Amino acid sequence: MKKSSARKRRPAKTSRSAFCRLRLYIAGQTPNSIAAIANLRKICEDKLRGKYRIEVVDLLEKPQLAKGDQIIAIPALVRRLPPPVKKIIGNLSKTESVIVGLDLRLAR
Amino acid sequence: MRRPRPKIVRPSLAKAPTGIQGLDEVTGGGLPKGRVTLLCGSAGCGKSLLAMEFLVHGAVRYGEAGVCMDFEETEEKLRANVASLGFDLRALIRRKKLLVDYVSVDRNQIAETGEYNLEGLFIRLAHAVKAIKAKRVVLDSIEALFGGLTDSTMLRAELRRLFHWLEDHKLTAVVTGEAGEHTLTRHGLEEYIADCVIALDHRVTEQISTRRLRVVKYRGTSHGTDEYPFLIDREGISVVPITSLALAHEAPTDRVSTGIPALDEMMEGKGFFRASSVLVSGTSGTGKSSLAANFIRAACARGEGCLYFAFEESPNQILRNMRSVGLDLEPSVKKRLLHFHAMRPTSIGLEGHLAAVHKLIEKLRPSVVVIDPITNLVSVSGTYNVKSMLMRLVDFLKVEQITSMFTNLTFAGDPQERTAAAVSSLMDTWIVLRDSRPNGRPRRELYVLKSRGMAHSREPRELIVSERGIELGNVLRDHALATTVAGPGAVAAAE
Repeated sequence: MKKSSARKRRPAKTSRSAFCRLRLYIAGQTPNSIAAIANLRKICEDKLRGKYRIEVVDLLEKPQLAKGDQIIAIPALVRRLPPPVKKIIGNLSKTESVIVGLDLRLAR
Repeated sequence: MRRPRPKIVRPSLAKAPTGIQGLDEVTGGGLPKGRVTLLCGSAGCGKSLLAMEFLVHGAVRYGEAGVCMDFEETEEKLRANVASLGFDLRALIRRKKLLVDYVSVDRNQIAETGEYNLEGLFIRLAHAVKAIKAKRVVLDSIEALFGGLTDSTMLRAELRRLFHWLEDHKLTAVVTGEAGEHTLTRHGLEEYIADCVIALDHRVTEQISTRRLRVVKYRGTSHGTDEYPFLIDREGISVVPITSLALAHEAPTDRVSTGIPALDEMMEGKGFFRASSVLVSGTSGTGKSSLAANFIRAACARGEGCLYFAFEESPNQILRNMRSVGLDLEPSVKKRLLHFHAMRPTSIGLEGHLAAVHKLIEKLRPSVVVIDPITNLVSVSGTYNVKSMLMRLVDFLKVEQITSMFTNLTFAGDPQERTAAAVSSLMDTWIVLRDSRPNGRPRRELYVLKSRGMAHSREPRELIVSERGIELGNVLRDHALATTVAGPGAVAAAE
């Protein structure tokens, strides 16, 4: 699991304004993958408008990337920034769980 | 002197040899090739080690690369764990014979937000298998997934899919699982694995550990359902493939000298049958070891290999003591005809001893084996266990056509004499030694209590041990033997 200690921590304020880098792992265009992409876009637009970037990694094309983020379940979403790294799995249909899992509660 | 190995029955099913001594014999050649084998047992039973040996031997001896998906240990830890066994994982990994993928499953770090499956795991495994063209796969321990993920219905469906996937790709796989309370594995993995299930067990009784292996299920192969003791030592795992072989062994009619002409004389002038088992029981200091030493000297003189298991004394002490009764065994040791193996009985459990004895016999392939004394094994286990172990050992020795001598220390009126009676039924010949003091003069007596298949003398003789060696005196008329526990009644009771 990656840890980032280089960045200074500014807890409450940061999480409200920090830029979010998200990586969504999928494996081909399965119903769950398609749902995850749609759900993620919606949540991000809602909570992080303009302050996020989504990278979709299809493991069928880049299987070597699965090891680094310890991907087992698909779909999986990794919040790479801001630190700490967070990981959630599933098709992101349970919006509340996604918000909690990515720690977006304070975001507006 | 080495004898040829007995024939091994060729397997009918395609097998992937494990390279683990004994296990391939028990399973008729190894694990089912291209199938999934479940290896289950409690923590610390040795399943991870067995799985790892399967991969390492596969890579080194059988030219089959292997992938280890480890859910518990990182590659670094795994390397350190097996380094003591002389396995250089780093070199194997560098040569693309082995690939370790550490899979971390931590529920605290994974929130679930909807439907998912384990495609990520499949992709990782497929990627690893492809990278080194693996033929073998270990998943250790896949049950960690149950700890990390909550959707057990999905998990079970995915595991089923995973096992099918392994078979579709013709991979020989070992999946490990933790023993459950009422089931073989905590999460019932045995329901998904139809071909081969092996259970390991590690028991500690009275501070002595015993390890056992059992083939629970092996489709398409006849296998022993017995528990086989196994050993973990510096060379890894070795299983003792000893089972009750239904008394199918040959019974040779040729004879071997006891090493004492007068004793040969008592046994039709020819001595023991080859490949028979001989019990020498007696109280302390009656000359059991001397009798064994004479037997060994005669075998060495014939140019036959001997293996002496000493549970009481060090080899040097035995050599010194034997010199004092006119027996110099050292030249035979130098000629590498005679091998001593000294062990403290309490250092390992009974199964451990059996495993060690078996391993050494396989290695040295002697014609004569002496175990001196079996009494000390009783101290680490109950009489029943000793009997069952000796039964397996005696069967094994007979199949290997080895003549064996077991000494047993008895104490007058002690339960130990019951031990002698219990194990004597396994023995073809039983020689009883005893001290007596007729008219105040100490005397040693020898008596052939039984010797199957021959008309042996039933008359007690005086046993004279001096610096000239062992001699037998005249037939005793005033002997005490016939009236002791070890009298004919005891034989009848034991048989």
